[in-house]
Amino acid sequence: MEPSLATYLALSGILFTIGTVGVIFKRNALGMFMCIELMLNAVNLTFVAFSRYYGDTTGQLFVFMVMSVAAAEAAVGLGIIIAFFRNSQSIDVDDASILRN
Amino acid sequence: MASRRRVGRLEGGTPSIQPPGRQRYAFFMVSTVIFFLFAGLAIACAISMVYHKNPLYSAISLVGVFIALSCIYVTLAAPFIAAVQILIYAGAIMVLVVFVIMLLNLDDDKPLNRLRYLYALGGGLGLLLLVQTFFIFYAVMRAPNQSADQSMSAGKTLTIGQAMYTEYLLPVEIVGVLLLMAVIGAVILARKLSQPQLELVVDKELDLRNEDDGMLN
Repeated sequence: MEPSLATYLALSGILFTIGTVGVIFKRNALGMFMCIELMLNAVNLTFVAFSRYYGDTTGQLFVFMVMSVAAAEAAVGLGIIIAFFRNSQSIDVDDASILRN
Repeated sequence: MASRRRVGRLEGGTPSIQPPGRQRYAFFMVSTVIFFLFAGLAIACAISMVYHKNPLYSAISLVGVFIALSCIYVTLAAPFIAAVQILIYAGAIMVLVVFVIMLLNLDDDKPLNRLRYLYALGGGLGLLLLVQTFFIFYAVMRAPNQSADQSMSAGKTLTIGQAMYTEYLLPVEIVGVLLLMAVIGAVILARKLSQPQLELVVDKELDLRNEDDGMLN
């Protein structure tokens, strides 16, 4: 009666889909950033599920690496958002078009 | 009803009465119930995160997703990852995000007025991914039934630590360097140069450029 591997993969796929749609529909740079975090978490869930079903530790180490990269991404991404806000007084990604003509 | 009685017995701590097989069955029942509870919570919080216009509400919903996923990791016998999920994601990253939201004093997100084809693109991509998800679901369901590893040793902190400092030592070192680079990059991006300092930097750049030109000539 344990939930099967397919169930975990389905949950992960649904979360990833919600994250992707969010990245496209959000205009707010912080909102997009949070949607990307959601997608990373969905992938982490597949790693842990496969690690559980194959009895292999490598998947969990990958999750650890993904979390480290997410932390680095948070530091740099939020730095960029603050710098962008300082220049244009908004974090709307549609305002970040000064390179266009 | 029957399953609830089994759960009660498992928590009540009457180990010697039941045969071990039934206890294992009760454990799996509990983990199924917990899984579906927190899977629903994760999906609801994720939809609420995308739906809300206020970034602060989105951030709080995302913390809900992280906590639900952490509980799901516990049902997957990965207590280390569950703890790290709470510490790094819900603790460090989301505190940073909420801090930035407060610092920037943002308004609500304005309604979407981007190009029309983005609606079609987003909807189409979402639909495609959803169809793909169900395809994967049925493909894995139809595959020969893969039962979970019964030893449950893969998620132990001891196992992960041993792998991390023997077999995977180089990746761990590289992650350390990556984090250092990220910290330096964040400091350089977020520092605020006052006007005289900025002019000083620009002047220095111009001097260097002139020197280079002189050397070339």
